[in-house]
Amino acid sequence: MRDAARKIVPISDPLGQGLLQRIGNTPLLRFQRVTQNPKGVEVLAKAEWLNPGGSVKDRAAASIVADAMRQGKLGPGKTLLDSTSGNTGIAYAMLGAAEGFPVALCMPANVSAERSRIVRCYGAEIVFTDPAEGSDGAIRKARELAAAEPQKYFYADQYSNPANWRAHYHGTAQEIWRQTDGSITHFVAMLGTSGTFVGTSRRLKELNRNIRCISLQPDSPFHGIEGAKHMPTSIVPQIYDPATADENVFISTEESYAMMRRLAREEGVLAGISAAAAMVGSLRVAEAAKSDSVIVTIFPDAADRYLSERFWEEL
Amino acid sequence: MKVLIPAALRQYTGKQSAIDLPPGTVEDVLRQLTSQFPELRKQLFGDDGTLRKFVNLYLNDEDIRYLQNQNTAVTADDTLSIIPSVAGGCVQPD
Repeated sequence: MRDAARKIVPISDPLGQGLLQRIGNTPLLRFQRVTQNPKGVEVLAKAEWLNPGGSVKDRAAASIVADAMRQGKLGPGKTLLDSTSGNTGIAYAMLGAAEGFPVALCMPANVSAERSRIVRCYGAEIVFTDPAEGSDGAIRKARELAAAEPQKYFYADQYSNPANWRAHYHGTAQEIWRQTDGSITHFVAMLGTSGTFVGTSRRLKELNRNIRCISLQPDSPFHGIEGAKHMPTSIVPQIYDPATADENVFISTEESYAMMRRLAREEGVLAGISAAAAMVGSLRVAEAAKSDSVIVTIFPDAADRYLSERFWEEL
Repeated sequence: MKVLIPAALRQYTGKQSAIDLPPGTVEDVLRQLTSQFPELRKQLFGDDGTLRKFVNLYLNDEDIRYLQNQNTAVTADDTLSIIPSVAGGCVQPD
């Protein structure tokens, strides 16, 4: 039988050669109704659920993985280990499958069914931790496993790893600058590990020192804004730098739920909880901002990761 | 019966992670809990008096919304766990 020469089929406009090239370069959304104001202040949001793993965390995870591989910390015989309440775990699991390394994740047992199923689909291992201990319990478990078997694991440690914020310094900030043609006046983002806020703000201020960077936090340690962190009562992530924020605004869970509903019903945008919280914060910043300000925020993920949760029943 | 308090709420219960209370319905138990620790009321309940939407209650291992909700009976041997929907970040250890 004649061997056919292997042909590469040309594809017009390919989206990169591999998974890592498909991360980032997310659209910047403009809204019709929710953001309308008489001052002409623009509020725009990065649609981060359009990353291949479905959230902004693809950026940090890819940066952490690439950095670890470069330094020889992740390679044959090593398993990537970290604690996560969901999105970062999904990103790691996806990268592990695409790049060929095993992944072990410590997650609180009350993560939504969507999250644990997605992670398992990619083939990652989950160690469930006590839900009453929240993310703190998952962090402690990951540290324990890493200390017990240092040869087996590369402990990615998203809360301390500078590759996390660097993803946004090199990626997110540059995209925002380009997409607004340098006209951005305010950057607003929710704090979780703080990588998005710190990395993006750092670079934006280098590009234009007059850009105001406003961080957002939940208004209580007991809250429902998934992925977000109330810094005053938390073990502060090592990568957090409060000096990058010109201002901080506290957002309530209930306001975020109400905004999720508005974004879905008035804009056709099924944004996630922290995205809705980011819009609440951005509108608050818009109230005080000068005319013709350009406010950019981050929508970390979409509502599909939260559909099984109780608040949807009344949304 | 025992009520298990999540880490984020222990600042309102004198750092206790488990509170012993007499049995009753879930509604009875929560009423007694918030009367003993009044600061919990604002954290657990909205202005309309209903449980806040991110607060999940488990009778042993079962979510009460799949049982009889606030009318679910809690016996002396049961545990009621208050579990917030997962949020990123962590609470300072005691």
